[in-house]
Amino acid sequence: MNKRVVITGLGVVAPNGVGIDAFANSLKNGISGIKHDAELERLQFSCQIAGKPEVSTELALQYFSELELRNFNSSGILYGVIAGIDAWKDAGLSLKINNEPDWNSGTIFGTGTSGIDKFRESIYKIDDFQTRRLGSTSVAQTMNSGVSAYLGGKLGLGNQVTTNSSACTTGTESILMAFERIKSGQAKRILAGSTSDSGPYIWGGFDAMKVCTFKHNETPEQGSRPMSISASGFVPGSGAGALVLEDLETALARGAKIYAEVLGGNLNSGGQRGLGTMTAPNPAAVQKCIRDALKNAGIHPNEIDAINGHLTATSKDSLEIQNWSQALNRSGADFPYINSLKSMVGHCLSGAGSIESVASVLQLHQGFIFPNINCEDLHPEITAIIDATRIPLQLIEKELTVIAKASFGFGDVNGCVIFKKFKI
Amino acid sequence: MNKPEIIEKLKTIVKPYVKNQEAFDNLTENTDFITDLQINSANLVDVILDIEEEFSIIIDNQSMERMPDVKSAMEIIETKLSEM
Repeated sequence: MNKRVVITGLGVVAPNGVGIDAFANSLKNGISGIKHDAELERLQFSCQIAGKPEVSTELALQYFSELELRNFNSSGILYGVIAGIDAWKDAGLSLKINNEPDWNSGTIFGTGTSGIDKFRESIYKIDDFQTRRLGSTSVAQTMNSGVSAYLGGKLGLGNQVTTNSSACTTGTESILMAFERIKSGQAKRILAGSTSDSGPYIWGGFDAMKVCTFKHNETPEQGSRPMSISASGFVPGSGAGALVLEDLETALARGAKIYAEVLGGNLNSGGQRGLGTMTAPNPAAVQKCIRDALKNAGIHPNEIDAINGHLTATSKDSLEIQNWSQALNRSGADFPYINSLKSMVGHCLSGAGSIESVASVLQLHQGFIFPNINCEDLHPEITAIIDATRIPLQLIEKELTVIAKASFGFGDVNGCVIFKKFKI
Repeated sequence: MNKPEIIEKLKTIVKPYVKNQEAFDNLTENTDFITDLQINSANLVDVILDIEEEFSIIIDNQSMERMPDVKSAMEIIETKLSEM
């Protein structure tokens, strides 16, 4: 028998807010977390602005011991652990250390790379014949599953503990993988989330591909412009989002607060066929992913109140709107509300799907649609498909029932998850 | 450097890795790093690196294998210091 799956805890470490309250406040007020980055300027990047969460040593010490922070140099793990533990606490779950692992709880916490700064530091040592001086934690910090391994240990998780990786789809994928595991009864609770490292070594490759904007080095907060005619590439970001997904019965039995229900979704790939390539999405696959997600969730396209798009602020935004419109068979004023968190935080890469899902779930739970910033000059290709009123520039306070969230990533991979306001 | 000085420095080095505070408070030459202080065995390499830095010595792999407790560690440190 299939279990219903609900969200009982949220945590976030975003460029425009660390912690749910700060993040929700930024969302509602359209506060940007994009700043000029002195290191990117020094390294002569084309794009010298970025979205980087602010985490002080004092804050880090609430989640890691002093010993753990010695020679620690993995921003992705730092963000992931803070978001993950916050979500766990928010769900009202205990951090008490028991001898017995919690066999019913696991984590699927994705990332693209792990500890890229630690990796760099290690490579310099190795090339300098100093391998013996790497210390004991370079593996834990640089293995891709480092973030789930740290979380698993801190929470004593005894169910599946793993890290998924599918480029910018990673965070959406982790939610759907957790959903399947709980739905099929293999776990009662999964901490689902994803994270991305910060810094030049993670962002450099994108800068080299010329997919990041170089036009806003003096005006960082205006740099990320999804759906705008003046969009000129994405702004690199970083951070982590985390959601506690739980079997409904278990959540009700312990009287947990329920943020929303995960109705289902879909993951697929365009196979890098047709218009799909390593870096461009195959529209047939994107549309199929959305349609199959609705089918899986048992939802009619007309039931969707709002969409949280992938919408990165590249030339592909119009194509994404077209894909949504065709997949849902809705256009003009009939199109659902749509917004892009990337206008405020940039593209948080492997962290994006989960940070944006946290934003989507907050909208359902608190009844609002956060404003898009930097798209007063909407792209005419977009307004040719959907009515401008569907792209809010101001906060809308409104009860919502269903939100669709999608992410698309390099490798021509897609993910779409359907969240619903919880009703027994 | 005399023995009490070495043992004091050693205590400062191992302190952050210690899981058994009582054993640490009662540390003697016979205290074992893993069984008594309950230092995570993976952290022993960090302890060795910290010792190397503090005393400006190099502890080779063979010596490392021969220092499970405070006494043997002190002997190796003294030997390495005398070789300088």
